[in-house]
Order: sequence, then C-alpha cells, then structure tokens
Amino acid sequence: MGQFLRDLQTYSFLQYALLAGLLTSISCGIIGSYVTVRRITYIAGAIAHCTLGGMGAARFLQKEYGFDVTPLQGAVVAALLAACIIALVKYYGSQREDTVLSAIYSIGMAIGIFFISRTGGYNEDLMSYLFGDILMVSQKDLLLIGALDLIVVSVVFIFYNKLISVCFDEEFARISGIRVELFELLLLLLIALTVVLLVQVVGIVMVVAMLTLPCAAAGLLVKRLWHMMVVSILLCLFCTTGGLAISYQPDFPAGATIILMAGLVYFVAIALKKFGKI
Amino acid sequence: MKKNVIDVKNMSFCYGNFSVLEDVTFNIREREMVGVVGPNGGGKTTLLRLLLGLLKPASGTITVLGEPPEKSSHRIGYVPQHRLFDPLFPVSVLDVVLMGRVGRSRGGLFSREDRELAAQALRDVDLFHKSKEAFADLSGGQRQRTLIARALASSAELLFFDEPTANVDSFAEQNIYNLLKKLNEKLTIIVVSHDVGFVSKYVSSVICVNRLVHIHPTSEINGKSIQDIYGADLSMVRHDHRCSEKGHTWVNF
Repeated sequence: MGQFLRDLQTYSFLQYALLAGLLTSISCGIIGSYVTVRRITYIAGAIAHCTLGGMGAARFLQKEYGFDVTPLQGAVVAALLAACIIALVKYYGSQREDTVLSAIYSIGMAIGIFFISRTGGYNEDLMSYLFGDILMVSQKDLLLIGALDLIVVSVVFIFYNKLISVCFDEEFARISGIRVELFELLLLLLIALTVVLLVQVVGIVMVVAMLTLPCAAAGLLVKRLWHMMVVSILLCLFCTTGGLAISYQPDFPAGATIILMAGLVYFVAIALKKFGKI
Repeated sequence: MKKNVIDVKNMSFCYGNFSVLEDVTFNIREREMVGVVGPNGGGKTTLLRLLLGLLKPASGTITVLGEPPEKSSHRIGYVPQHRLFDPLFPVSVLDVVLMGRVGRSRGGLFSREDRELAAQALRDVDLFHKSKEAFADLSGGQRQRTLIARALASSAELLFFDEPTANVDSFAEQNIYNLLKKLNEKLTIIVVSHDVGFVSKYVSSVICVNRLVHIHPTSEINGKSIQDIYGADLSMVRHDHRCSEKGHTWVNF
C-alpha cells in the first residue's frame, strides 16, 4: 500500500488509472442502480460482450490502415449500435428476446476475434479487452471517459423522474402520456455508454459484476432510488480505488481484484441485513 | 342531464383469430360507479385495456371523454393491482404518488404544485403519515391506497380500478370500498372485480363481460343473469343491496 501511495505521486499512468476509476464509479453507481432494479443485467452483459467487435475492428483499422480511431471509440460505436438493436427488437420484432441477446453477445465477440486475428503484431490486446487494464488508460482515453460520464450524469439528472416512472410501472407511465419506448431506448443507450467505461476498468467479462454487486449492496441498505445511486457510487469508488491499491504492489490483476472487492462488499451488505444491523 | 364519459359502439376485439369481445355497445355517464364482472378469461382486462388505449379494437369505435382513448388516457387515473409490483424496488410512498404527476410536469423536476397535489392525494387516502416510508414496507391495503393516491395526484377525471381488493384483508377491503364511494361523489369510477356480490353493494350498474357484454342496473342482477355470465350453475348468496332504484340508470344493451 505504501508503494502505491509513493508511486502515485510520481507516475502519471497510476494517476490516470485512479482518475479513470473515480470517473467510472459515478456512471457505474447511477446506471448500475437502474440495471439492478429493472433486472436487466443480461442486457448489460450482451452489450458488454458485443463491444469486443467494435474494439477489434477499430484496432484493425488503426494498425493496418492507419485510421485515427482508438479501440475505446470502436467500443462506443458497437455498444450504442447493440442498444439500438435491442430496443428495436423489443418493440417491433417478433423474435424471442433472449435469442436476440445471445446473437448480439456471440456475433459481437466473433467479429472482434476475427479482426484481432487479422491484425499484425502481438495479440496481447485481447487479454486487456477481456479482463481490463486500468493501468493502460491514456490521457486521450481519460478525456473520452470524462465526456461520457458528463453525458450520463446530466441526462439522468434531467430525466430522473421520467426514468423512475418507466422502470417502476411501464403501463402507468404510458397511460400518463410518457413516451415509454423513447425512455427505454435512452436507458439502453446510457447503459451502453457506462458499459464502455467499465470495459476499460474491469474488462468485458466482468462488467456485469460492477453494474450489479455494489448497487445490489446499496439497495439492501437504503430505500429510495436516488439514495441507492449515491451509496452505489461510494461503494464503486471504494472497490475501484481499493482494488487498484491492493493489486499494485503484489502485481495482482487490477480488474479481478476490483471485482473481488465488489463481491466482498455485496456479501458484507447481505450479512449486515441478515443479522439485523440495519 | 349527465354527459356520457365513455361511449362504446359495436366494438369487437380479437387476438389473432381468437375473438375476445364481440359487438360491444354500452355507455357510461359521468359520476356513475360501474362494476365490471365476469369469469376469468372472459375479457374484463381486455376491455379495460381497450378503454385505456393500450389495445386497438378490430372494429367499431370507443370514445372516452370525447376523444379516442389513446388521446384521453392521460385524463384517466388507472389503479392496477398492488401485487404486480416488485417488492424490492426502492421507492418511498411519496415517490410513487409523485409518479402521478410525471406525465403532467413539463420539465424534469417536480414543481411545488406537483408536491402539494401529491400530499393532498395522500391525505385523501389517509396515508399522509406514511409518505416517507418505503412502498415495499406497507401492507397490501396500504399499497393499494398508495396506488389510488397516485391516480388522484394525476388530477384524473375518470378512475379505473383493476381488482382493487384482491390480496388485501377484509378490513382493508371495506376501507377501500368506502374510499371509492367517497371519490365517486366527484369522479366517474369503473371497478373490475371477480366479486359480484361485493361490487353490487356499491355500484349503480354492472357490466358483465364474457365475450359478449351486457350492462345492467344493479337491481336487475339475479340468479339467471349471473348464470348467463358465468355459463355454469352457480348458487347465489343474496347480499343486501344498498343502491336505491333512483340511483340506477338504464343503459342500452
């Protein structure tokens, strides 16, 4: 831990990593609360896996043809596209929803693996996409992360009341004259952006854990949605910062350490609830 | 002369080839309290959803408050069954009631007027003292009253109830029906219920739905008509009707 604090003052990559964790926690706590109460983790999971397609394609274009695109930007495009497809299928398609989600999940990954295999050089990227590499966050990535965060926070601030109504009782919201489809799409797009932020920190495979564990823990402790969001943000901060600090010196994988912290937080919250402390 | 608030003419509805409602014609006047009864699968909920504009009729017309239902639905206060809600959803009682204002408020935030209307609605259902509590921590009857308050907060002109006394104890049931009676002084009310006896004590007419729809004044309900609705032999337990002849209105069927 001492090593971590000393190096934090010297190395910019560590400062960037810490900042990425902080910024991501804000979106993660807010959007994770929606994902948890609406019980749509499987949608978040499908979007997360699909981002591999975007990252692989962007990396391929960057390396082979010199395009000015980063894998993170590719992930944004893939995630938003997946969100739109899911919304369209939900409202206009006659297909089974879980079939479509599985298709998005696996086709997205297949596209990613295909492009990565066609890209020259080492394939160490694949591991960092799947399991995250918070220590590799660049200044440019940090700017994009900050911008996405700002979008998520301001949209939720403006539409909080409408979103909670749609999540709580879709039918009543529709009868009241709220355009439910529009707000569902909005929520999916926000989930997509948050997933992209989290992919950078914990990796594709573990995104779902960050969107549910700290938020479910928060949900056990408080009784209103915005309280849940605030507590979730604090718990996410605790997990990302704590995970980063613990993993640094012994060179544990940062993403996995963060997720283990989140798991710990969840089980402690259950224990607190169960044994009547709260 | 009271105006018609709901007008249904020769309306039919089917799911695919399966006919659910056939050639339905009835109307409801303002400040009536009407019960909708019938067997499960007979089309009660479908009729309600058609009146709310959530489904479209295959033929015929529906007019609610002088407009097609999808345009007038925001003027209807809909009260669903409380047990349909996720008990883990983190909302307070006041949060739920304020949702009645969401369709009305233009911006993202609630105005002072929104909050006052929500507080008044909670007083009307006698739950103001619970406004800060979690919706999930309430009893079944209190949750149902919270949902009634949400409908009232939306300044609705018409109230639709779907089985308002399902899954509540008999004391809460009485409580809810007394509340409906009080609300009926100002508002038109439609109550879907499986409980013919209980409904007939309070409502002025009964809409019987089993693919075909008939509307009767409450005093006309007898063993024969109930048997017609349910399509089977039933023994009837007579309840004392409180509705006087004067309160009944004849409606075409």
